[in-house]
Amino acid sequence: MATPALTSNLPPRPASRAFFDRLRGGDEIAYLLTLACTVATFLIVVFLVGELWFRSQAAIKAFGLNFLFTSTWNPNADQFGALPFIYGTCVTSFLALLIAVPFGVASAVFLSEMAPPMLSNIFTFLIELLAAVPSVIYGLLGVFILVPVIRHDLVPVLKHAFGFLPVFKGNTFGFSFLSAGLVLSVMIMPFIVSVSREVLLAVPVEQREAALALGATKWEMTWQIVLPNAKTGILGSIFLALARALGETMAVTMVIGNTPVISASLLSPGYSIAAVIANEFAEANGALYVSSLIFLGLVLFGLTIVINAVARIFILMTSRRTA
Amino acid sequence: MKLNKAGFRTTVASTFALLAMGAAAPAQAQVSLTGAGATFPAPIYQKWFSDYQSIGNAQINYQPNGSGGGIKAVTEGVTDFGASDMPLTDEQLSDYQSKHGFKVLLFPTVLGAVVPTYNLPSVSKPLNFTPAALAGIFLGTITKWNDPAIASANKGVSLPNLDINVAHRSDASGTTFVWTDYLSKVSPEWVQKVGKANTSVQWPTGIGGKGNDGVTGIVKQQEGAIGYVELIYAVKNKLAYGSVENSSKQFVAADLASVTAAAAGAAKSIPDDFRVSITNAPGKGAYPISTFTWLLVPSKISDGAKKAALVGFLKWAITKGQDEVEALDYAKLPSSVASKEMKAIALIQ
Repeated sequence: MATPALTSNLPPRPASRAFFDRLRGGDEIAYLLTLACTVATFLIVVFLVGELWFRSQAAIKAFGLNFLFTSTWNPNADQFGALPFIYGTCVTSFLALLIAVPFGVASAVFLSEMAPPMLSNIFTFLIELLAAVPSVIYGLLGVFILVPVIRHDLVPVLKHAFGFLPVFKGNTFGFSFLSAGLVLSVMIMPFIVSVSREVLLAVPVEQREAALALGATKWEMTWQIVLPNAKTGILGSIFLALARALGETMAVTMVIGNTPVISASLLSPGYSIAAVIANEFAEANGALYVSSLIFLGLVLFGLTIVINAVARIFILMTSRRTA
Repeated sequence: MKLNKAGFRTTVASTFALLAMGAAAPAQAQVSLTGAGATFPAPIYQKWFSDYQSIGNAQINYQPNGSGGGIKAVTEGVTDFGASDMPLTDEQLSDYQSKHGFKVLLFPTVLGAVVPTYNLPSVSKPLNFTPAALAGIFLGTITKWNDPAIASANKGVSLPNLDINVAHRSDASGTTFVWTDYLSKVSPEWVQKVGKANTSVQWPTGIGGKGNDGVTGIVKQQEGAIGYVELIYAVKNKLAYGSVENSSKQFVAADLASVTAAAAGAAKSIPDDFRVSITNAPGKGAYPISTFTWLLVPSKISDGAKKAALVGFLKWAITKGQDEVEALDYAKLPSSVASKEMKAIALIQ
């Protein structure tokens, strides 16, 4: 039985009139509104970067790219160089990741795969509360609790066991890259845990059951099936955590020692970009001084983009290999 | 609603009477002034502003966001006046003049001091520091507490063989300005290595703490640490601080009397625009690391009510207001400076 053709006998309308006709419907309005929101957000970022670029022109003209490779920071002599701050930012952030990622992913695996549901819910709630604690509180805890513990207890142990390594050489005041890295790792761990846990829970149950059906133990299922499946999401959570660590200001400035120094030793005091801008911007006198601090802000922005880009390329390459 | 003639007249008359009373009330409107600047004098300024509200019928709001912020705010005309722990440089003065077409005037209000605070549990009496010792410590050339440069000024005190750990300010501040101003006056090596006084310098040694509390935190945690904090902060938090040798070769501990003596010693040579540094001031009993703090007032205020309020406040602060400062641990202006200022207030048009 032939179905009757459902075509209309009317001639087709011209395209532009069709758009405006469709505009009366919800679809087009929704499209335009959401497009406007996206464009607005994008424009805000563009405007921000434009302002940073525009206001750091004085420093760019005075120092050029040498700014990124010079170590002096002398407001009196109008000599400014970003290298110690870039170094401090990178060292503390990567140290924080080094500690937070294993702990965070392991916690997420436990909470999603192995814990009884009620325990999992309670702990997830508590860990997510940690993300809500203001960073100044972390800074205070760092100054009053962490720094003395590091100086009196942790450093002697580290020196005894690993003193031959260049990263643990030299005296310490307690205010050091190590303290900043430890405080940052505590701050970024909740992000890794909560996002990774969500991603792990979202792995299809069929995958898990297939693994178990083929004879895998629970751990083999987790390690060989669930985690690889959730890899992209976990990496996303790590980026989120890294972004927070790169920009963290108050907690870092309270425990890092605020000294623009480049040292291989983690026990040495240091400085980070966000900390120096927070400390010196309000009272910076002199156009070149202010412009240099804004240039530092631009450098931090660029650093974040570069690190993200490099990491994503790395992921792309590794996932191409496994695919 | 129907009114007879008499009722109508009464209603109209009473309405007008009420309106007249309402109109008479706002004739006593309060003048509102805004200021911003130094954090060091913020406590006394807040007290003065709240006391003056009833006396002079002016409401003055003050934002303690730092001396640099205060200078910027008054230069850009965002606030009616500013406050700074540092005297304005010639550059800043001419910047203001070119923006507004008239000068900005500086008026010292109270005095403060910066003291060297240290952590040596084995030493019970306050230590004496010579200028050479302080410069050497902060330059990093003197590294142990039992160095002869420190021991020679402290005969009879057994100094431990501890490393000296220096703490300085990481945030730019007027306190750093005064400290580096003093060091640059007493040590040519300091000027050569670090430069002139500034709110933020490249420190040869030491860790940076944010604010007076940051420096105190570092000093308290490490035996053998030394830092510099405001006198008021040291007194309120009962920190151990040392005496410093002044230009008359006496070791003077910072207190209200010795700080006022420093200002009195410098008062003879105070310029007319009051832009003077009183560190290392001459005079017996003068504490060498003292400073004025200034209010920055435009020399021309177009709004008559604001001008009257600000001038009235200045006059009151320099005379009656000085009675309140010592209770908050600030040192009073010497009378010679105060009377000079009263004359200068007349320059505000």
